[in-house]
Order: sequence, then C-alpha cells, then structure tokens
Amino acid sequence: MTWKLVGENVTRVEDDRLLRGLGRYTDDLCPEALHVAMVRSPHAHARIVDIDIERVLDVDGVLAVYTYEDLPGPLAEPLPLLIPHPALTHGRTQYALAKDEVNYVGEAVAMVVAIDRYIAEDAAFRISVSYDPLPPVVGIDHARKAEHLVHDDVPGNVAARMEQSTGDAESAIAGAPHKLTLDLEIERSAATPLEGRATLAEWDTGSGRMRVWTSTQTSTGVRAAIAAKLQLDLANVDVITPDVGGGFGVKIMHPWPEDLLVPFVARALGKPVKFIEDRREHFISSAHERGQVQHVEVGFDDDGRILGLSVRFWHDNGAYTPYGIIVPIITSTQLLGPYKPGAYSVVFESLYTNTVVVTPYRGAGRPQGVYAMERTMDAIASYLGRDRTEVRAVNFIQPDELPYDHGLLFQDGRPLIYDSGDYPACLQKLKKLVGWDEFETFREQARSQGRRVGIGLACYVEGTGVGPYEGGHVQVETSGKVKVATGLTSQGQGHQTVFAQIVADELGVRFEDVEVTTGDTRRFPYAVGTFASRAAVMSGSAIAFAARAVRTKALRIAADALEASSDDLEIVDGIVRVKGTPDATIALGTVAVLSNPLRYAFDKASESATQFVVGDPDKPPVAEGDEPGLEGKGYYSPVRSTFASGMHAVIVETDPDTAEIKILRYCVVHDCGHVVNPLIVEGQIHGGVAQGVAGALYERMSYDEHGQLLNASFMDFLMPYVTEVPSKIEIDHLQTPSPLNPLGIKGAGEAGVIPSTAVFAAAIEDAEGIGITSMPISPSELFELRRRNTEASSPGRRAT
Amino acid sequence: MSDPTTADTDGETMHHVRLSVNGATYDIEVPARRLLSDAVRQDIGLTGTHVGCEHGVCGACTVLVDGVPMRSCLMFAVSAEGQEVTTVEGLGDADGSLGAVQQAFKDCHGLQCGFCTPGFLTTITACLRDNPDPTREEASEMVAGNLCRCTGYQNIVSAVLRAAELQGAGCATKPEHAAQEAQA
Amino acid sequence: MKPAPFAYLRPECLQDALEAYADHADDAKILAGGQSLIPLLSMRLAAPTMLIDINRLTELSYVHTDASGVRFGALTRHAQIEHDKRANRAQPLLRKALRSVAHPTIRNRGTTVGSIVHADAAAEMPAVLRLLEGSVTLRSHEGSREVGAEDLFVGPLETSLAAGEIATEIFMPALPAGAGVAFEEISRRRGDYALCGAAAIVQTDPGGAVTSVKTGYLSVSETPLVLDLSDAFDDGELSQTNLTGAGELASAAVQPETDIHATADYRRQLAGVLTKQVIEQAHNHASARTIGGSQ
Ligand SMILES: Cc1cc2nc3c(=O)[nH]c(=O)nc-3n(C[C@H](O)[C@H](O)[C@H](O)COP(=O)(O)OP(=O)(O)OC[C@H]3O[C@@H](n4cnc5c(N)ncnc54)[C@H](O)[C@@H]3O)c2cc1C
Ligand code: FES
Ligand code: FES
Repeated sequence: MTWKLVGENVTRVEDDRLLRGLGRYTDDLCPEALHVAMVRSPHAHARIVDIDIERVLDVDGVLAVYTYEDLPGPLAEPLPLLIPHPALTHGRTQYALAKDEVNYVGEAVAMVVAIDRYIAEDAAFRISVSYDPLPPVVGIDHARKAEHLVHDDVPGNVAARMEQSTGDAESAIAGAPHKLTLDLEIERSAATPLEGRATLAEWDTGSGRMRVWTSTQTSTGVRAAIAAKLQLDLANVDVITPDVGGGFGVKIMHPWPEDLLVPFVARALGKPVKFIEDRREHFISSAHERGQVQHVEVGFDDDGRILGLSVRFWHDNGAYTPYGIIVPIITSTQLLGPYKPGAYSVVFESLYTNTVVVTPYRGAGRPQGVYAMERTMDAIASYLGRDRTEVRAVNFIQPDELPYDHGLLFQDGRPLIYDSGDYPACLQKLKKLVGWDEFETFREQARSQGRRVGIGLACYVEGTGVGPYEGGHVQVETSGKVKVATGLTSQGQGHQTVFAQIVADELGVRFEDVEVTTGDTRRFPYAVGTFASRAAVMSGSAIAFAARAVRTKALRIAADALEASSDDLEIVDGIVRVKGTPDATIALGTVAVLSNPLRYAFDKASESATQFVVGDPDKPPVAEGDEPGLEGKGYYSPVRSTFASGMHAVIVETDPDTAEIKILRYCVVHDCGHVVNPLIVEGQIHGGVAQGVAGALYERMSYDEHGQLLNASFMDFLMPYVTEVPSKIEIDHLQTPSPLNPLGIKGAGEAGVIPSTAVFAAAIEDAEGIGITSMPISPSELFELRRRNTEASSPGRRAT
Repeated sequence: MSDPTTADTDGETMHHVRLSVNGATYDIEVPARRLLSDAVRQDIGLTGTHVGCEHGVCGACTVLVDGVPMRSCLMFAVSAEGQEVTTVEGLGDADGSLGAVQQAFKDCHGLQCGFCTPGFLTTITACLRDNPDPTREEASEMVAGNLCRCTGYQNIVSAVLRAAELQGAGCATKPEHAAQEAQA
Repeated sequence: MKPAPFAYLRPECLQDALEAYADHADDAKILAGGQSLIPLLSMRLAAPTMLIDINRLTELSYVHTDASGVRFGALTRHAQIEHDKRANRAQPLLRKALRSVAHPTIRNRGTTVGSIVHADAAAEMPAVLRLLEGSVTLRSHEGSREVGAEDLFVGPLETSLAAGEIATEIFMPALPAGAGVAFEEISRRRGDYALCGAAAIVQTDPGGAVTSVKTGYLSVSETPLVLDLSDAFDDGELSQTNLTGAGELASAAVQPETDIHATADYRRQLAGVLTKQVIEQAHNHASARTIGGSQ
C-alpha cells in the first residue's frame, strides 16, 4: 500500500487541548474529592514501636486515619512481586502501610484522609510514630559487605544472583594476546516526570463499581491489582488513564501503595478520594534507577577484536524488589550492543539497600550496560593505540549476519536475537556527521588557544517492542468518524497522533476523522502497558491489523451495495469507490449503517438500515459468523523483540581552571526502522538526550550514610534547564525496517538516553587524559580527579 | 488597619478574597495559607495551571500577575487580591483560535506531555511583549527558568521564534500538518 | 507540601505594620516577596503563627538615586532595581549581580531587601551590600536605626535585626570616579545559588594606577565575606603576577564547606579563579569609565 501520512511530520492532535489549558490530568478531576496525606518513615531502617493517632482524631476536616492494623484481607499482605524470576530467590515487597519494620526513608506508615491536602498534612504531622532504629545499609559497598542486613532473612543482602554465558569466556580471555580489567561505577538517578504520581477513586455503592483515574503507564495492570487486593470482580473495576504529565518508566511500577489505598478508602467512606504526590514524596517514595558497580575483564587480539568478555556487576535494587530483576537482566544482555564478543559471561547480584526501590527508568538498565561495554571499547583502543571507531568496527555484527542469535535469554525470557540493523553504515554516518576524522585538527587548534576539547562516541542496540502483546479496536461510526482504542497508555508520546496516522492510511480515511483513546479499560481491557519503547511497535501494529480487518469488512459490504467485486474497490478519504468509476461510491459511514441491521431509525442515515429496507427476507439479518457493526479488533504478539540501534557522539570542552564541562556538539544517528512521524521521533530523541545529559553531568541521588536523601527537591536534584542542554542536537536517520511487524517499525522512546553516560565519559576522558570510571561527573569531581591524577597536566591522550 | 474580611469556619480563619482571573471576577473563601496555584486550580477551577514542585523551581505554575510572570506556588491567594491574574486559559485569541504562542508550540512540537507547557506559554507571552523579535539566544533566555522533562527544549526555543514570527506577521498562518518551523 | 496554618495581617501602611509587628514580635514573620519564605513554609521547615504581609506598603516600593548612591525600599522587587537605569549608572554592580539572582520570574516577585535580611551567605545581594559598605534602615514602632553592612550579618541566615524590626530601606553607595566593579559566579545550573561567586571593586587613580582592590564572596563562608586585596597590587599594576597573588590570597582566605554539590577545595579553587576574573574585569570597567566618562 502507499503511505500518505505515515512517515510525515503530522502536527499532534493532542496539542490543541493541552495548549488551551484544557488537558485533564488526574488532579484536575473531581475537585470535591477528599485528599490523603501519608505519614512516611523518617528512618532508613527501623522497627515501628508505636503509632499514636490520638492527636489527629479531633482535627476538624479529618475523616479517617489508617495504619497497617486497619487493612483487611489481601490488602494486609505484602504488595505483589510483579515479575517473578527463578534467579530472584529472595524477592521481598513492602506492605501497603508498613507492618512492623520500615526499610527506607519515605516508606508509607500511616494515611490520613481529610477534606483537603492542607488539613491532611496538618494531621499527618500530628501523628507520632515511635521507632526503634536499626543500622541502615546504604550503597552497594555496604550491601556487599553485609555487615548489616536489610531483611533479616536475606543472607548477604542478595535478592538475586544470575549468570549467563555463551562460550567459555574465561579460557578465551586467558588465551587472548591482550587482557584488560575495568572497575566502573554508575550512580542512582530517577525518571522524575514533572507530574508526580496521582490516583483518584470513586466508588458507586449502588452498582458496586470502582472507578479509578490514575497517572500510570499501565491501566490494565492497576486494574487487575485493585481487583485482586480489594477483592472486587475485575468487571466491576474501571481504570482510566487521563492525561499524564510524563512517565519515563517510573509509572510502569504498580501498584503503588496509594493505588490500592485510595480505592480502598473511597469504598470505605463512600466518597471520591485522591492522592496527589508532592515533589518531595516523589523523590523519597516512588522509584529510582541506575546504581551499579561493574567489573569487566576482557581479552582481545591485536586488532581489538574481543575474544572473551567477562562481566560481573552489582545492582542496587533498593529496599524491595516489586518489579523483579528486569533492570539488571537488561543490563546483562543489552550490554553487548552491536558487538559479537567471541565468548561472553555475565554474573550479577541484585542487592538490597535501605533506599527507595529501583524499577525501570527510561533506558532501563541499558545505559549501564552500554557504559560497561563502551568504556571497555575505549580502553581497548587506548591500550592498542588504535582509533576508537576502528576497534568498534572490527567487533560489529555485520549486516549479512542478521538475524543474529547471541545465545542468551532476553528480559522477555526469549532468545536474544537481533532482527535487523546496519551497524557499519550507522558508524559511517556518525563519523561523517560529527567530523570524526577532522577532530584532531580541531583539537590542535583548540590546544593552541589553551583550550581542552575531547570527543567521544558510544553505540547501542535496544530491544524494543517486547511482548507479550497489545491489541487495538477500530470502529467506524455511521457518521464516518473512526473511533480507535488501545489499552496501553500515553504520557506525552503523541500516540493519538501516530495511531491516527496509521489508521488513516490503513483504512483510507481522513486523519481528522480518527479519534484515538488510550489507557481506558472501559474501551479496551486487554493490554500490557507503555514501556520498553513498545507502544508504536505493539499497539501500532495491533491497530494496523484492526484497521485492516475493518477495511476488509467494509469492502465486502460495499461490494454488495455497489454490486462490484471487492477487489475493484478502494477507500479514499472515507469514501469507498470503484476504481476508475468515479460515480460508483459509497461513504464508509453508510457502509457502517448497512453493517448494523436496525429496528429503529434515528436519522436519515439509519433509515436505510431498518428491517423493512435492507436484507434478504429469507436470511438472518446478521449472517452466521458475522457481527453487526463496522468494527474490528487486532492483536499483535511478536515472537520476540525488535532491535533498534544508534550511535551518539559528543564534543566537550573542559575548563582548565574551573573544570566546568561544556557541550560543543551533540550528534545522533538513529535507526528505529520505518519512522511513522519524524517530528515525534525527533522530539523523543531531543528529550532523551536531555535526560542523558542530565544523567551524565547533573542528576544523582545524594544519600548520606544514614539513608537520608539530601537532595530531595528540584533545588538540589539538578534537572537541567534549557541552559544546560546542548543548544542543538544534530540528528541523522538510518532506516532498516524490522521484519517482525507489519509496519517495519522499531521503538524510539528510550534511545536518546541510552548511550549518554558512556559518550560523556568517553569525551571527558579524551579531553582530560584521565580515565573516567565513575559517572555522573560534576565539575567538582573532575577537579578532584585532576588533583589525584598526576597526568592531569597533559591533556589529550591519543595513544602512540 | 486594613484587614481582609474574615469569616471563621472550623477553627481556621477564612478570608473572602476577590480575585480577577483572565478578566473575570471570582469571590472565594480561603484560608490565608491557600497558595495562589491551589486557589486558581481548585477554588476557581482553572486547572490549566500546573504544579510540578511547589518550591519555585520548575515554573509549571507560572501565571501573569498584572502582566508580569510569577510563580503561583510562591504566592498566597490573599496576597493577589486586587491584581489581575492571567493563566494559560486566558492566552487564546478572542475569536477562539489559539494564541500565537500556543499555535507556535503546536507548529514546532514544543510540547509532549504538556504538563510544563502552561508555565512556558505564560512566560513567553510576557517576554515577547517586552522583546517581540528575539534572537535564538534571547529566545532561550526567555525560557531559562522553566523545567521541561520531555522535550529537551530545542523545539520550545524554536516555538518562541515561531511565535515572534506569527505575532510579527499580524496573523497566524497555520499549516495543517507540516511543522515548517520545527527545526528553524 | 502545604504550609501550616497561620494568622494573616495585611497592613496598608508602615505604621500599622510596625505596630502589628510590635504586638506579635515573637511569633510573627514579615512576608515580602515570599520567594524564600514560602518554600520554607510549604516544606514546613518554618511555621510562624502569623505573617505580616508588606505587599501593600507601596510607600516602600521605590528606587531613589542621587550622587551619594541608591536607596530602595522593602517592597522594591529585584527586577525593579535590575532595570532601573539611573540606579545602575550610579552603581553598576547592582545589575551585574542581580542578573545572577535566581530566574527573572523569581526576580519579578522577590525583594532585594528581603534577600539581604534573609542573610543567606550563598545569595548575591548580601555580598554586594558588604562589598559596597552599604547600610540598612531598620524601623520598629519605637524608632529607626541605621546598621552598616558589617554589623548586619551575624551568622548563617542570621542578622542583627531585633524582634519587631522591619528593614525598610537599603542604601548602596554610588561607585566613585576612577573605580570599576565586576561580578561573576559559577553555579551548577543557571539561576541556582552559586557554588562560589565573587564581586570586586577596583579603585584607580587619575594616572590609571590601582589604589585599592576589594572583593566580596558568596557561598564560601558562613556570612558574606569581604577581602581587601590591595596589598597584592601595591605596585599599582594589574599584572598577571599580582592577579595570581590575589587569587592565592583569596583561595587561602575563604572558608568554604563541602556539600553535595562541591568540595571545599573546589570552592577554594573557584574563589581563586573568580577573584582574578572579577579584579581584571573591574579594572577594565574602571578604565572604560575613565575614558568614557561614565558607566
Ligand atoms: C527557585 C529559586 C531560586 C533562587 N535563587 C536565588 C539565587 O540564586 N540567589 C539569591 O540571592 N536568591 C535566590 N532565591 C531567593 C530570592 O532571591 C528571594 O526573593 C529572596 O531571597 C528573598 O526575598 P523575598 O522578598 O522573596 O523575601 P521573603 O521570602 O518574603 O522573606 C525572606 C525572609 O526575610 C524576612 N523579611 C523579608 N523582608 C523583610 C523586611 N523588610 N524586614 C524584615 N524581615 C524581612 C522574612 O520574614 C523571611 O524570613 C531563589 C528563590 C527561588 C524560589
Ligand atoms: S510548581 Fe511552582 S515553580 Fe514548580
Ligand atoms: S512537555 Fe512534559 S514536561 Fe514539558
């Protein structure tokens, strides 16, 4: 088929509403709702001795106070462990309200319900909880030493230990001509969407229905959790995701304690109730990511070809493991990037610490993996005195080797097989874009002016569009308007626009006539969620299938009406017509009328479908095997992920006196297969790169040794303003379509952020001539690093 | 001593506050501690103004007070009495179409989740009044006190320039699909 | 993040404000721009039982400039002073420093007097007041007194204001002929409180020789710090050697602390680097003024 809209810069249908201030985010709904405020643990590790709520009960405006004691049935059990895994031998989850022990600052201990948030907070401050402090475990080093335990019954603080390998890496390294080891570190950060968590629940006592609006990346997941924990029939729970102010992974975690407590209270009090997380709460009671310590051993030949690679890493999973060990599994597999080491083995331990839980944040373990691999590539190049791009090139999987089976299991439990890509071509494009070969000239010029500059590059491959499935529903109304629904949710990615583009092209209708709903379980109850750059691939494909089904049906009905063969028909702008016969047409809306035999007419259009008008009197009005209505469903469930890829390069300048790090150029080459909407894909890259810059140079979670988060505000968690991100991001695209889905697309949501930590480490190392092994890095840290390093005075370290 | 009129309910003193928002007058009854952001959102029901931090850093809550951008999370509603407040809902053109800054954000894909957007729109509206023809650098300055987690800011800066162009042109040309200036 | 309840008064004139403050001196706080106070209230790090809102005291919203210097009142917003041409002709350091105070939107509301009496050693304007040897007028219902900058700042976030006193006016002396000023700071993000900041005032004689060099610092001491570095330029020259010497003196004299954003030693380094920069810039400024006859 020919694409009219797919591939075009279509401006977004979402925007009009949002620009007028007419967006509807969770806190915008139901102004009369009661508000909850949580009492949170001020200790990183403690036993709860007593909770005194006496001083609260007489506060005007307070309706109820809850502690663990008040939770009934399944709500009193630990929260679900969402993704069990055989290697997760010691999985632990928290209670909706702490039972007798708290394991991080911010853990929910009690909940107040009041007429507004001001009074709820007043009351929360009056609740006095006495604690018996226990020694906190903070940081990977302490967790590994295990002098103290986070959970008494988890020896060594080890939640999971997992090993994978292909070939015999140990012998390969032992037998290799050259060997290197690297010890690397990457600190905690967090997704930090501008809108925090938010949940609103309304209970209809009469019908026994629970309706919940929540700022989530998975409404179906939240729905199932509420039904299970509140012992409601699934059919009686609706979960709707209204506008969401960003997610970036943190909102795929569910159910948060508040996701369950709010509906519970709404039912108990028979009134709508909402929880609107504030900024400080978001820092101390949602989720973080990224923290790992890595040890790499690598053996290679004279060309830099990796013969054996052995990686051990320690992953900080925080106090609990509600999301399983998805993040370290991704690190351990996606670390390989576009390369094929002769033999590979990886072992990780996922460790408990008395800090906020760790669940996926955009990139989800990939930035750490890419960091390990790309630091290794740079180390090999430096050791051999070779150009860094050459060393990468000799290790690339070649285009004719695709599909390429790594012989490992990916995060979805399926074999890690790359479907498509062209890494050598990607590298060529990047070298050209950034001017890799001309850089030494530039460096010399800069040096003669007393300036220090450096260049770095990093490559990644990203498994996108993981299963199990998504679905889509497409319905043509008698007006000709097309209503589309899919279960996964949107947090600003422009899904309504992208899916409408697909439907408009597949069905042959006008873009303006298509309206897409996402994340509303009333409209589409089967779905998984929005994560792992999967929305366009999964729901896009499912919706394409649904649109094709509708098209087939429309052509069948229209063929009858027009007395033509459906093969001779086409649909253009919502009109079915006989090719080459401009007069023989029927509007899709009319086809929709005909598809639904009626008893009652409401307007001129429906008259033509009433029982005295249409149909063969000798046949049932709805033929056997057919269904009324012009609608169709489609599901997409791929055997495995499709793999997007890309390469970034950055040129930085470091100030010799102040150690400030300035970005001179930032270049991206990106392959996400067919691009449905370049405007939106580039927007995703811009946002991802900004988050990557943030993670490499600005953002971290500064825990002290007591487990207090010292920077739990936007004052001290340094999310970049426009002044801190590159003023221009130069982008080039490569399109190797995925063979796995009908549109040939691969995900694009996370790409921008994945190689940033690695690429900045490389560029700063190149500028400074000092090994960079710990990220993020601040000017102060660079200054201290220089002092510790005797070579600091000789910038640039192109080996001989 | 002038004292805002007060009424007492349930212990906390309530203040009758007359707020003028987007040209309309609202009489609300709030305690002194009610932040202007909450008053606008909850008491008046204009939920376009968003709250991203409540400590003055993100700028999502920025409204115009007598035409000047201010953080509504760092003002009390009682303090705003007698001043004209403009929120994102007041930025559209009189004929119901998008205002120039709004249109420019659409053309340039200057928003993703839209949560930060109202604060950018109000700020830019005021800044373009002072400097109708900014350079790219000045455009970037204008938005330098607002956080956006989604867009990486490139398209927001482009949108400032596009808005200046639309305003300069006097009438907004509105491309249906193509965002011609997206990468301006 | 919502403030605890408080009683609220909004006097229409200074006299009323002073009387109200006298009655509640122990438990009331003055609300000026609120750009420092309201975040503290919302995080419940402060919970005064009463706020006296001075935003109606329009009599305190002014910038008066004469040959001696610039006077501005307690309701004068940062932005007003920043954009006041006369004031900045008389004392160009005002705008140079104000541009680094937070973001324009914060400066539209926050007051410079409020910033100075808030006495954060990481803030720009307290350091400027100290460097310029300005003064503040304090009023209570009992009377009025004038306090010099050196006596105002007594500790971190602590001033010599007595209970019931409102700072009504600040005086910043004009820049003498033959003198120049400069301001530089380094912060993690633009608009953040600085990791280190420095201001300088360099006096030259009609022959162009340097006769006095003073610098002021933020974020490297408990109270705003001022150094007299004239001795480093005792030959009257602005040579690299002298600059380096001045930088070293400054690095040694500051007393920074380590926090999550920077180590003490890094801040020391910045103090040295910025000292050289601001002295050189201030000297250039002095020369330009001498040649140009103004600014
Ligand atoms: C995001 C953000 C970033 C910021 N960055 C900076 C920065 O980089 N540099 C900087 O210097 N500041 C910064 N600030 C603070 C800002 O400059 C404030 O405006 C200023 O510190 C206080 O002025 P205010 O008028 O807002 O005072 P308020 O917040 O109203 O008051 C501050 C304190 O001073 C007292 N007070 C105020 N006025 C008087 C008076 N006349 N007499 C007696 N007591 C009084 C109050 O009771 C209160 O204790 C920032 C603020 C924010 C929100
Ligand atoms: S909500 Fe007001 S600045 Fe963030
Ligand atoms: S568009 Fe989402 S925060 Fe700016």
